[in-house]
Amino acid sequence: MKTNDVILQTTTKFVFFIIFLFSIHIFFAGHYTPGGGFVGGLLTAGAIVLLLLAFDLKTVQKALPFNFTIVTAIGLLLSLGTAAGSIFFNVPFFTHAFDYFTLPLFGKTSLHTAMIFDAGVYLVVVGAAVTMIQTIGGDE
Amino acid sequence: MNVSTIGEFVGAFLILTGGVASVISVFGLLRLPDVYTRSHAATKSSTLAVLLTLSGAFIYFLFSQDFVSVRLLLGIVFVFLTAPVAGHLIVRAAYRSNVKLADISTEDELYEVLHKDKVEEDGTGQ
Repeated sequence: MKTNDVILQTTTKFVFFIIFLFSIHIFFAGHYTPGGGFVGGLLTAGAIVLLLLAFDLKTVQKALPFNFTIVTAIGLLLSLGTAAGSIFFNVPFFTHAFDYFTLPLFGKTSLHTAMIFDAGVYLVVVGAAVTMIQTIGGDE
Repeated sequence: MNVSTIGEFVGAFLILTGGVASVISVFGLLRLPDVYTRSHAATKSSTLAVLLTLSGAFIYFLFSQDFVSVRLLLGIVFVFLTAPVAGHLIVRAAYRSNVKLADISTEDELYEVLHKDKVEEDGTGQ
């Protein structure tokens, strides 16, 4: 019997973007409000899991052509690089720095190196969670 | 009575209505005979209850603190989109795993659509 998933798939196409945008918002809002890299990464992984539920593994891999183990590695490198970068400025390991910049669209913005560390955490969480689920869900 | 007090009362009233609606949906869940009618009660009225509560919280914060919570608006849209789909999927999974309808139900039109060949064989339908 051929199944028909039109309702689930159409809703997923809308809802995926809501969850993804919310995860990006949570990630950027982490410095001043609840949120941050871990929760944002888990939400993104949840959005990808929703895609995996509505479509099959091969379609999702074609739509998001990343090797998620490499995403994990890039995240670890980012976090380690942010922590190690402080050594070159003659300050203790893991010292963060921030400054105010005037960006074209956002105006005066405070940019902090803790955000790059958080981006590393985000990538590690997304990569690890999606790799686990893809490995468990795979057939071979 | 100024505008913000009235707004707070409207928000509180919406939250109370949402609570009452969710209690009604629980009664439906307990008292209805089979999966299909139960999920009818669960998805429809509890979605309405959540929507009322969220809009009440949104209006309350809007008037008492002058704070427009985009997260609550997003939550309202999200629940409104996903709860009926979840109900649809649960009921469909129940029907496909041959969960019986309640005894008082008289017609099952989907059966003839899904099992066309079986209906032609014995000519009864059920």
